[in-house]
Amino acid sequence: MKDNSRAKIFFAIPYISWLAVFVIVPIGLLIYQSLTNVQGSFTLANFHEFITSNVYLPMAFNSVFYALIITLITFMISFPAAYVLSHLKHRQLWLMLIILPTWINVLLKTYAFLGLLSKSGIINQLFSTFGLGTHNLLFNHVSFIFVAVYLELPFMLLPIYNSINEIDPDILKASRDLGAKPINTLSQLVFPLSINGIKSGIQAVFIPSLSLFMLTTLIGGNKVMTLGSAIELHFIVTQNWHMGSTIAIILILAMAVTMYFTRERGKRK
Amino acid sequence: MDKKVLPVIEFKNVGLSFDNNTILKNVSFEIEAGQFYTLLGPSGSGKSTILNLISGQLSADAGEILFDGKVINNIPAESRRVNTVFQNYALFPNMTVFDNVAFGPKLKKLPKDTIKAKVREMLALVKLEAFENRAIQELSGGQKQRVAIARALANEPDVLLLDEPLSALDYKLRKQMQSELRAIQKRLGITFIFVTHDQEEALAMSDWIFIMNDGKIQQNGTPVDIYDEPINHFVADFIGESNIVNGVMKQDYLVNFVGKDFENLDAGMRPNEAVEVVLRPEDLDLVPIEQGKLVVTIADQSFRGDFYEITAIDDDGNEWKVQATNPSSVGARVGLDFGPEDIHVMRFNESEDDFDARIESYEGE
Repeated sequence: MKDNSRAKIFFAIPYISWLAVFVIVPIGLLIYQSLTNVQGSFTLANFHEFITSNVYLPMAFNSVFYALIITLITFMISFPAAYVLSHLKHRQLWLMLIILPTWINVLLKTYAFLGLLSKSGIINQLFSTFGLGTHNLLFNHVSFIFVAVYLELPFMLLPIYNSINEIDPDILKASRDLGAKPINTLSQLVFPLSINGIKSGIQAVFIPSLSLFMLTTLIGGNKVMTLGSAIELHFIVTQNWHMGSTIAIILILAMAVTMYFTRERGKRK
Repeated sequence: MDKKVLPVIEFKNVGLSFDNNTILKNVSFEIEAGQFYTLLGPSGSGKSTILNLISGQLSADAGEILFDGKVINNIPAESRRVNTVFQNYALFPNMTVFDNVAFGPKLKKLPKDTIKAKVREMLALVKLEAFENRAIQELSGGQKQRVAIARALANEPDVLLLDEPLSALDYKLRKQMQSELRAIQKRLGITFIFVTHDQEEALAMSDWIFIMNDGKIQQNGTPVDIYDEPINHFVADFIGESNIVNGVMKQDYLVNFVGKDFENLDAGMRPNEAVEVVLRPEDLDLVPIEQGKLVVTIADQSFRGDFYEITAIDDDGNEWKVQATNPSSVGARVGLDFGPEDIHVMRFNESEDDFDARIESYEGE
């Protein structure tokens, strides 16, 4: 027994070290930075500024607002798609096609959209051949949401697909047998039985969407300012690490709140 | 004696195949209202397929399925007046016992009080009155089975389909559920169609059995008919234990096997027609050599609780399974005795219609 627990500790060493160096210490540093000012003395001024200045609260609202929209759209696409997918014959192949793009670097995909949506891009070329003229497709709210949804979609779809796939097909048969139309089965069985997958999907999409910053610049053309872009600004441009850390801590708190509300309740077998 | 009642379900030359695999071949039969039917066969014989065709989960490639005299091939499952008890229960894990049973009545938008009364009535029927508010995960296998039955019956189906519902239960619980199911069927007076691969279960519960193999109905009849007069090798082998040997039907009421002539009760075959002869182990008696029709040597004996299963070998090397109440001793030479009524003769490739007609021709006299 003793050897066993010693072995366990031994095998946990790499993971614990990783955790310490790349998670615990950085968070500690963030907290320290957020609670100090340029002179290095402890203060709550950063948090005070976050709440009182009329810059950060609208940004926070923006972040949550856009993350909500992105999450909602990906869910509305993913749930029906996952349901259909789970009934397809060659679902492994379809699933592969959905997973495949996630293997490509996000920055690459973002640049691909710049090419697609730009003034001389393929979509505008199509528009002009049909006599519809060229349009500004980039650097606005819609393009930002569109690309974000594209990037996040697999992370919503996969957990929902997995949980729908785990539903015993006989349960769906039984529902039909008892007189349920597909819509009844969907609302009374498929949806509640895949709720844990839906929650994981929301976590996987909403939380990263809170801190999107690259997309806001590249695709949104800085028309959309989120907390993510503010952090970038403070660390890279204004070099105010204390304020940047404060925003980061507030983001982390927001993520924790999200995790709490989407946690799995009552393990079901 | 039988005034013609309209069958509740009728199959007319129904066929079904998947990816070039024929599952059902030209199946025709009739189901009368108010009886307990069993579809019995090994796995892959097509019995569950028939159930799925009746419930509407599958649709037939060929032929017609009639319900109360109307073709229902194109009626969707949710609109058919049949309900199913599934093999793995298929209860809804996100709902309580009450909500599971109320699922069908709620979809029909019945008044709340009616639904409540219906659910209570059904739970009382399966003796689960006190379990209304339980979660499905808190139930034992037997209790889940009961909820599944109550849920299916709450929809007041004309026909209840049961797809191997007892196969996951242990022996004792199974025996108990068999008699309870039978009692429920008698009390409600609706048609039950029960699918099983367990011949004992089929014999114990059914008014009428369909024996399936290879996508075809091999034989149908009452349990006693099928046991006593199996139509072919498959049925004889599948239902009960059997000794099957080759023989020749010399003339009516005289059959030759293991080199000897025996009187029997079968007739209506060609003179000297090659046949198979079935003798049930419980119809064979071990007697002193001089009283036996054959002389055999005891090769093996095992105690089975209520009888001894004995394997004996005759002088031609044929094996005979015998069920005896008294033990014998291995190596002993004894006589094997049986009466004319214990010999069942089967023709090769005889159709059910020919079989019935032949039996009628000499038993009807």
